[in-house]
Amino acid sequence: MQKYSRELTVAGVLAALLLVLAVTAPAFYEPQPLLSRLAREAPTLVVACGIALVMVTRQIDISIGALFAVCGVSAGLLASAGWPLAAVLAATVFVGALVGAINGVLVAGLRLPSIVVTLATMVILREGLRWWQQGAFINLPDAWQWFGLSQKGGQITLIGCALVILAVLAWASRHLAGVRFLYAVGSNAEAARLAGLRPQWMTLAVFVFMGALTGGAALMNVVQSPQVDPKSGTGLELNAIAAAVVGGVAVSGGRGNLWGVFAGVLLLACINPALTYLHVEAYWEKAIQGAVILLAVIFDGLRNRRNLS
Amino acid sequence: MAPLLQLTNVTKSFGAVRALRGVSFALQPGEVHALLGENGAGKSTLIKVITGAHAPDDGTIEIGGQTITHLSPNKARTLGIACIYQQPALFPDLSVAENIALRLERTSLLHRVRRSQRDTHARELLHRIGAEIDPAAEVRSLSMPEQQLVEIACALGAGAKIVIMDEPTASLTQKEQHLLFAVVRDLRTHGVGVIYISHRLEEIFALADRVTVLRDGETVGTNRVDEINETALIRMMVGREVTAIYPPARNTPGETRLALRGLGCAASGVRGIDLELRAGEIVGLAGLVGAGRTELAQTLFGLTPADAGEIQLGGQTVRIDNPRTAVAHGIAYVPEDRRRHGVILEMPIAANITMAIHSQIFPGGWLRSAAERKLTLDFMRDLEVKAAGPQAPGGSLSGGNQQKVALARWLATQPRLLILDEPTQGVDVGAKSEIYKIIRQLAAEGLAVLMISSDLPEVLGMSDRVVVMRGGTIVAEYPRGAEAHEVMAAALGQKQREAA
Repeated sequence: MQKYSRELTVAGVLAALLLVLAVTAPAFYEPQPLLSRLAREAPTLVVACGIALVMVTRQIDISIGALFAVCGVSAGLLASAGWPLAAVLAATVFVGALVGAINGVLVAGLRLPSIVVTLATMVILREGLRWWQQGAFINLPDAWQWFGLSQKGGQITLIGCALVILAVLAWASRHLAGVRFLYAVGSNAEAARLAGLRPQWMTLAVFVFMGALTGGAALMNVVQSPQVDPKSGTGLELNAIAAAVVGGVAVSGGRGNLWGVFAGVLLLACINPALTYLHVEAYWEKAIQGAVILLAVIFDGLRNRRNLS
Repeated sequence: MAPLLQLTNVTKSFGAVRALRGVSFALQPGEVHALLGENGAGKSTLIKVITGAHAPDDGTIEIGGQTITHLSPNKARTLGIACIYQQPALFPDLSVAENIALRLERTSLLHRVRRSQRDTHARELLHRIGAEIDPAAEVRSLSMPEQQLVEIACALGAGAKIVIMDEPTASLTQKEQHLLFAVVRDLRTHGVGVIYISHRLEEIFALADRVTVLRDGETVGTNRVDEINETALIRMMVGREVTAIYPPARNTPGETRLALRGLGCAASGVRGIDLELRAGEIVGLAGLVGAGRTELAQTLFGLTPADAGEIQLGGQTVRIDNPRTAVAHGIAYVPEDRRRHGVILEMPIAANITMAIHSQIFPGGWLRSAAERKLTLDFMRDLEVKAAGPQAPGGSLSGGNQQKVALARWLATQPRLLILDEPTQGVDVGAKSEIYKIIRQLAAEGLAVLMISSDLPEVLGMSDRVVVMRGGTIVAEYPRGAEAHEVMAAALGQKQREAA
């Protein structure tokens, strides 16, 4: 139990918040707005799962917000060119994985710090996209929004997809040797190398995977509106990293659990509507999010100090 | 004349390890006093006590006739103590003059810097020790000996009365050594006391006035250099008896497992290694720190692949370019410093143990908890690992138990050659004897064991054969029952290679 104390704490805070809302603002639980909110968070959850694995490997990727936009625009263009859904999905995932591979090669192959590499790719992607699209929105074919289903059906499908991805990854991190190696590399890359693992390949793989997930998440975002916004994904990297940190993923690598990340995403996502329903001015949202992140980091710092002594 | 520095019965423990058990030491003005002892005899701890980095548990420190109770690094500096380490601690991106000024100028943050004055001062100090170094040069561009000279200039500029030199000649050429010796002799004529640590006996006889030998954290004795010879010094260093904690050897070695012919690796300084290792045999690899023992192990394990000579395993010549090939050939390497290189502290014991055999135990990459648990429990029982359970994190174990887990990871690969690097470093005595028993048992089962150790009694007690390295190559070989002082003499470079 002690091992999961952090995850349980976050889940507990989330449950308390939901309970307060249930008592004071039952309107929060009206099905349609709730469904919309959850569907909007679905792409964030997918990206947060990816970044959690990157952070477990003791790396970071801040280019994912920009990559999200690039993948979204690519999906929009291909969709308006008449590609079927499956082909568009494959293409966006491929674009994401390709950019992830570039990040990964630079980080793992040349041993550059990932924060600098992905900062550079972030700027290149954002500015490249602006030059390419001049900020123009892309209209999607009619049948695309909500996969051609009803709004409700589309939203349920999206939420279902995100939960399936989360569950599969959470299961994989318990049962796949490959994911365990990420933890080993993130805890102590030198020890992992001496044990015959290949830390550089693991690092490359995690960046490619991060990119692929971002591509998938971008498509999950695209189908929620009739148009593709070339500025989508702004700040997504920070939201995802924040959710991972709140959910107990250690920035120093080697620690974290995807169910904790799930709780982290939900907790941060609940703050804004909670403020609205509790009649607190919405300006406070960012401040409160910041406070939650700070609390999480302080909690980690205290735990590490205790472990050292 | 009152001594510059007088230590009386100084003790210091780190947890259960007693690093200093009562050291007494005196340094006179105008004296070069050599400090000699095996690896782990307590020299470094003693230096750290003198420089204020460690507070002694007991005993007194007198500096210039005054008893000092709370010695901090800063206080030590103001009292005139300077230490020159083997690896100079300078700022590589700053110039020589700036480095010297940083050490010497103690002023407020808003003090105006007079660059020309800094340069002149640095030039003066460097001139005094006969160093031809441009004060404007970046420290990064200097060679190691030049950096040492800058350190000495700092010590001089600070008006140091006690200068400690920790293996200062380790990386110097002959010519640079002579320059350094001249500087040391010059310091002596100015009344400075020099504590000189070196493993090179010829240097001690050439330079020092007196020599103090440490062993197991105790002073063995202090002698005038002109009243003692090398043999007597070596005997003082190794005078420990091999005790009963080592299990008896009882096996006869089998076929040749490993044969090295002229093995070398330029990158790590290993050269011309000829060595044979047979099944069921424990070969101890002795030598001083920096003699190339760990480097040889890393070459064998493919971490720094060999670029000369050949490796034969079971009679076949093989190339080992990375750890995976090494593992495939049945080589296992348990590295030194298990906390940094061995056990992954955040991960459970079970994951630590299966790390090197994942492809066998988890075909297709699916973890099988049941198989893993069984394997882990078997190892925990066989090696007597004391832990809460297979899922307890590696970091929760004691040093000895961590070492057992590191060992288990490699035994799980079912190796034919086991390389152990300092297997009992930082392990308490009880766990030590358990680890010795395990190693002996493994050899009895037919494993070939190459054991690197800086603990001479351990090497002598455990090994069927002792091989001594020095300067990246093998300099001597002894059968079981060799005398400690012979091995130490070879490690110190006093003898040429002998037939085993």
